[in-house]
Amino acid sequence: MNHLILAPLLLPLAAGVVALLGGRGSLRFERTVGLVATLALLPVSVLLVGAASEGLVVAYDVGDWAAPFGITLVLDRLSAWMVSVTALVATAALLFALGRSDTTGRHFHALFQFQLLGINGAFLTGDLFNLFVFFEVLLIASYALLSHGSRPERTSAAVHVAVINLLGSTLFLVAVGCLYAAAGTLNFADLAQRAADLPADRLGLWQAGGWMLLVVFALKAALLPLGFWLPGAYGAADGAVAALFAVLTKVGVVSIMRTGTLFLPGLDAGPVLWAAALATLAIGMTGMIAAGRLAQLVAHSVVVSVGVLLVAVGLSSGPGLAAATYYLAHGTLATAALFLVTSRIAMVRGETGDLLEAGPAFRGRVALPTAFLLAAVAVAGLPPLGGFMAKLAILDAAVQAGRTAWSFAAVLAATLLSIVALARAGTIVFWKVGPDRGETVELPAWRPTAVAGVGLLLAGLVGLALYAGAAFDFASAAARQLLDPGEYVLAVLGTAGGGDR
Amino acid sequence: MELLLALGIGTLVAAGVYLALRPRLFSVLLGITLLSYAVNLFLLASGGLMVDGAPLSNLPGPHPDPLPQALILTAIVISFGMTAFLIVLTLRAVSERGHDRVDEDPGSEEP
Repeated sequence: MNHLILAPLLLPLAAGVVALLGGRGSLRFERTVGLVATLALLPVSVLLVGAASEGLVVAYDVGDWAAPFGITLVLDRLSAWMVSVTALVATAALLFALGRSDTTGRHFHALFQFQLLGINGAFLTGDLFNLFVFFEVLLIASYALLSHGSRPERTSAAVHVAVINLLGSTLFLVAVGCLYAAAGTLNFADLAQRAADLPADRLGLWQAGGWMLLVVFALKAALLPLGFWLPGAYGAADGAVAALFAVLTKVGVVSIMRTGTLFLPGLDAGPVLWAAALATLAIGMTGMIAAGRLAQLVAHSVVVSVGVLLVAVGLSSGPGLAAATYYLAHGTLATAALFLVTSRIAMVRGETGDLLEAGPAFRGRVALPTAFLLAAVAVAGLPPLGGFMAKLAILDAAVQAGRTAWSFAAVLAATLLSIVALARAGTIVFWKVGPDRGETVELPAWRPTAVAGVGLLLAGLVGLALYAGAAFDFASAAARQLLDPGEYVLAVLGTAGGGDR
Repeated sequence: MELLLALGIGTLVAAGVYLALRPRLFSVLLGITLLSYAVNLFLLASGGLMVDGAPLSNLPGPHPDPLPQALILTAIVISFGMTAFLIVLTLRAVSERGHDRVDEDPGSEEP
C-alpha cells in the first residue's frame, strides 16, 4: 500500500519516457500514452487522499535508504490534496489539448508528463535538495511548454521566464548551502528537529538561508515584488498549457506553507508575507482591470488568487491555513477553467481573438457563455461557488488574528474589481458587436474532449461547493497537521524528538 | 584558504550579477553561467573547508564532508542542462526576432 506514494512520480516519468522514445514520433501513440497515464493519476490520487485522511503522515524511503540520507517522500493531507488537484487540472488540460495544442509542435505529451512529474514531486518530497531538483524538472518542462507552438511572443516570454527562474534557482542553491552549513542536514524533518536547538553562532546563517528560501518560493508563487514575470508568460501561453500553469504558482505557495510551518517558523515570516500579499492583491486587481486581452486578464487573476492565498497563509494561524488549503483547490480549478474557456473564446472570435474589443457578433450556442459565467463566478469568488466560502473563511481568520482592516480592504476590493473586470470582459465578448469587418468566421465545432475538459473543471468547482463541509473538514485537519510538525518528524525519522517547540 | 575561496566566490557573483543585468541575452547567459560557478563553490564551502583531508573513506585521517560534493555534482548537471536549453532558446529568439535584446525593441511595431 505504501508503494502507492511513488505512483504520482513513476506514472508521469514512465509515460514521458515512453512517449518520447516509444512511438517513433507517432502523435497517436504519444496521445494514448499521455492520456492513459494522466487518467490513471485520478484513481491514484483518490486512494492517496483516502490514505491521508486516516490521519497519519506516511513517509516512504525510496530504495529503503533510511530517512535523513535517502530520498524521502512524505504523504500528508496537504500533499495528497495538492496531488489530486494537480491530477484533476492535468486531466482537464490534456483533454482540452487533444487535437489542437498537441499538433502545433512535437513532443507535447512527453513535456506535459515531465511537467506533472516535477509538480507531483515538489508536493511529495521531504527533502530540500530534492525539492530543488523537482523544481528544475518542472521548470525546464514549463519553458518548453510555454514556447510550444512557435510564436515569437511565446519565445520571448519563455526566455524571460527561463532567465528569472534560473536566477531563482541560483538563489535556491545558495539558500540550501546556508541551511546545510547551519544545520548539517537537508531533510525537512531533520531540519525541523535541529532548528529547535541551533547554536547561537549559526542562527544568523540559518535565518539568512531561510529568508532566501522564502524569496525563491515567493518568486515561484509570483508574490509582489517578484511576480512581474507571470502575466506576460501566462497570457502568451497556449490555453491548455496556461491551465496547467495555474498549478505551478501553487507549488510556490505550498512550499511556503510547508517550510514555513515545518522548519522556518522561527523566522516569523507571516507578517512580511501578509504585507506582500496585500500589495500583490493591489497589483493583480489593477492588472485585471487594465488588461487589454482576456488571457492577460485571467493571468492577472492568477496573481490575485496568489495574493488571497498568501493573505491567509501570512496569518500563520490554523483557520488561516485551513482556508488557504481549501482555496488552493478552488482557485486552481477556477483559473484553469477560465484559461480553457478563454482559449475557446479566442478560437470562436476568429481574428479578434481574445482582444477585449468589439468583435464579430457572437454566434455560438449557450454552452460557452454559460461556461464563462460559471468560471468567472468561481474566479471572482461569488456565491454559490466555493470561492465565496473560502474568502469568508479567510476574512474570519483575519478577524481572529487581529488583522482585520487591511485584510478586509484588500480582499474585498480585489473581489469587487474582479467582478467588474470579468463582467466588463464578458459583456464585450458576448454582447458588443463591432462594425462589420466582413469577417466570415467559420465556427469551429467543440470537440467532445474539449467539452469534457472544461466540464471536468466546472464539475470539480461545483463539487467543491456542494461538499464544502467535507472539504473544509479535510482542510482544517491538514492545517492542524501542518501546525504540529511533531507528527511529520515522527513519521520520517521514527523518533519523537522535535516536539519541544 | 577561507579568504581565497570567499574572494573567488565574491568576484564570480559580482561579475555574474553585472552580466545578468545587461540588456543583451548573450551577456545574461554568461552571467548566469558565472553565477552557477559561484554557487557550486559556495556549496563546497557549506560543508566546511578542509586541507589535506583523506580523499577516500577507507584511508585513515579526517574526511571532508562528502554530501556537498554530491550536491555540487547534481547542481553542475542541472545547471549544464539549463544553460544548454537557455542557449537554444536564445538562438530561437534571435532567429525569430532578429536581435538578442532581452526586451522587445522599443521602436518595433509590436504593440
